[in-house]
Amino acid sequence: MLTGERRATARAAAASPVGRPGGEAVLVPGDADLLKMLHFMKLTRALEYRIERKLYRQGKIVGGVYVGRGQEAISVGAAMHIRRGSGEEHDDIVSPSHRDMAVFLMQGVPPERILAQYMGRKTGLTRGRDGNMHMGDLRHRLIAFVSHLGDSIPVAAGCALTLRMRGTDQVSFCFFGEGATSRGDWHEGLNFAAVMRLPVVFICNNNQYAYSTHVSRQMRVERVSDRASGYGIPGETADGNDVLAVYDAVGRAVARARRGEGPALLEFVTFRMTGHSAHDDAGYVPKTLFEEWERKDPIRLFEDELKSRRLVDALALKEMESGIESELDEAVAWAERQPYPEPEECLTGVYHE
Amino acid sequence: MALTTYVEAIRQGIWEEMERDQRVFILGEDVGVYGGAFKVTEGMLERFGDLRVIDTPISESAIVGAAIGAALLGMRPIAEMQFIDFISCAFDQITNFAAKNRYRWGAGVPIVIRGPSGGGVHGGPYHSQNPEMYFVHTPGLKVVAPATAYDAKGLIKAAIRDEDPVIYLEHKYLYRRIKEELPKEDYVVPIGTAAVRREGRDLAILTYGAMLYHALEAAETLAREGGIQAEVVDLRSLLPLDKDTILGAAKKTGKVLVVHEDTRTGGIAGEIAAIINEEVFEYLDGPVLRVTAPDTPVPYSPPLEEFFLPNKEKILKAARQLAAY
Repeated sequence: MLTGERRATARAAAASPVGRPGGEAVLVPGDADLLKMLHFMKLTRALEYRIERKLYRQGKIVGGVYVGRGQEAISVGAAMHIRRGSGEEHDDIVSPSHRDMAVFLMQGVPPERILAQYMGRKTGLTRGRDGNMHMGDLRHRLIAFVSHLGDSIPVAAGCALTLRMRGTDQVSFCFFGEGATSRGDWHEGLNFAAVMRLPVVFICNNNQYAYSTHVSRQMRVERVSDRASGYGIPGETADGNDVLAVYDAVGRAVARARRGEGPALLEFVTFRMTGHSAHDDAGYVPKTLFEEWERKDPIRLFEDELKSRRLVDALALKEMESGIESELDEAVAWAERQPYPEPEECLTGVYHE
Repeated sequence: MALTTYVEAIRQGIWEEMERDQRVFILGEDVGVYGGAFKVTEGMLERFGDLRVIDTPISESAIVGAAIGAALLGMRPIAEMQFIDFISCAFDQITNFAAKNRYRWGAGVPIVIRGPSGGGVHGGPYHSQNPEMYFVHTPGLKVVAPATAYDAKGLIKAAIRDEDPVIYLEHKYLYRRIKEELPKEDYVVPIGTAAVRREGRDLAILTYGAMLYHALEAAETLAREGGIQAEVVDLRSLLPLDKDTILGAAKKTGKVLVVHEDTRTGGIAGEIAAIINEEVFEYLDGPVLRVTAPDTPVPYSPPLEEFFLPNKEKILKAARQLAAY
């Protein structure tokens, strides 16, 4: 169970970056980027709300639902640094995990395709062959993960190996949760990337629970980033509910990777504000923790920050929200109109045809 | 004319593909500086450099996972397992990532995973295994097992050029024991095609890998001593199976014996027997019989391993039993 000491550690980790390399300037996004970040955090929250709280409860989602509520700052802050839209020879490559909805959206996957995916429709990213966040599309430079969390780490390293062979400054982004760091593949992949000094940035969403298992049962070290020293690479822990802290840490690691300085392990401490999936009421999580982390909601904190900078006001926020809601109204309607795959499609596409 | 060994044929095939296609590279344990535990990659580091001939940590899962990532970005990686026994460490990457990728989201994974398999060299339980059926049972993969130097070269080239993940099983017993003259020009052996190595009308022996040679010897003895003409089919490809050739041999002879070095339960012989039963039962004049290794790990000590492995005598015994129907 979560000890008082551990809670204090998590708070301390969240309060100030640990392991931040000296001499690196803090990266600060411009005003347009700040608004973009807020937009994608809110779009992510709203889309996942529709999926988890509406469509799932209406029986319109085929299988499980895994959302990243309360963790949006990590995917958004990190994905701001993914280079995209300039062709295969320049764009970065991304291996997201199951709490990274924002990464899909920011890579250009339309919400309606994601909804169709969740509903098992033919126009979902996997054409009904796989469900929920198990999706990818190389046109969006997104690699689909598998349920065996941790498998993506060697794969992301292999992408980075290719980028190194080609001598480009592209970077491989690899997202995972703290639970995945217990898998053997995770360790093999980090070591492989470290030994070969590959341009890959490992981004850990430490939401403190892997299904019902607290992080204290995943590892003996205090921080996921402590594991970096075992591979001889930089490790850094920052507040995962502060999108600006995420933006800063990821941006610096990406810059190093682009310069050929090898991989880094970044840990962002946050909290899973839901159960593992929609069917899980998370009764094993002390209620006080939800209350504590609710006060640190990344979207509200960021809104307050932008209000204090006079970049948004109540009216602007309302407009942003209503724009998102009408976009999602249309997306849901579109997805519900989509056909299911034909049964015989089961047999196709196992091999190159 | 110069004769080429089986191991050299594999090396030539990889080498020529690396010359032909910049996307082809090899990664694995001791493949670079040392040239591979069996010297399959000898000289490649010097020729192709350390970005295309990559010595890795002892991390089979990372080797295969990295190959998958590279393939997704357009490369044609060859992942070497130092002994094929160690492929179990990469089982998850192979069966869950590589095999299912295309089906799930349309992204093919053109990788080759290759390594020395098979017994007969007193390697014991961890340097002698035949892991083919773990992978034959995984839709999305292809599995090949050449028995000749010609096929070793032609199949490695076909595997490298294939759009899907291929498990390429090279039999270590054959590495330096067989040799033949190879064509000078480029050629491939298509995956999914068996080869009839000996014509015969009385019964058919279906086999692959090192067992081919025991089957051929047994067939000669059958002809010499009993006038029984056995057809011998080298399967070459286990996934996909060449059903036409298998069913053709069954129809032609009416009697089928399947021989494999792999253990009995769940071996490919059971699958072949089922296919023959389903599709050409009315042509059969006897049961489909099996000669296989028993359901044990591969033992180390010579008398134990000799007992374990199928051989000419065991094949003869089963063939005579079958011929009597």
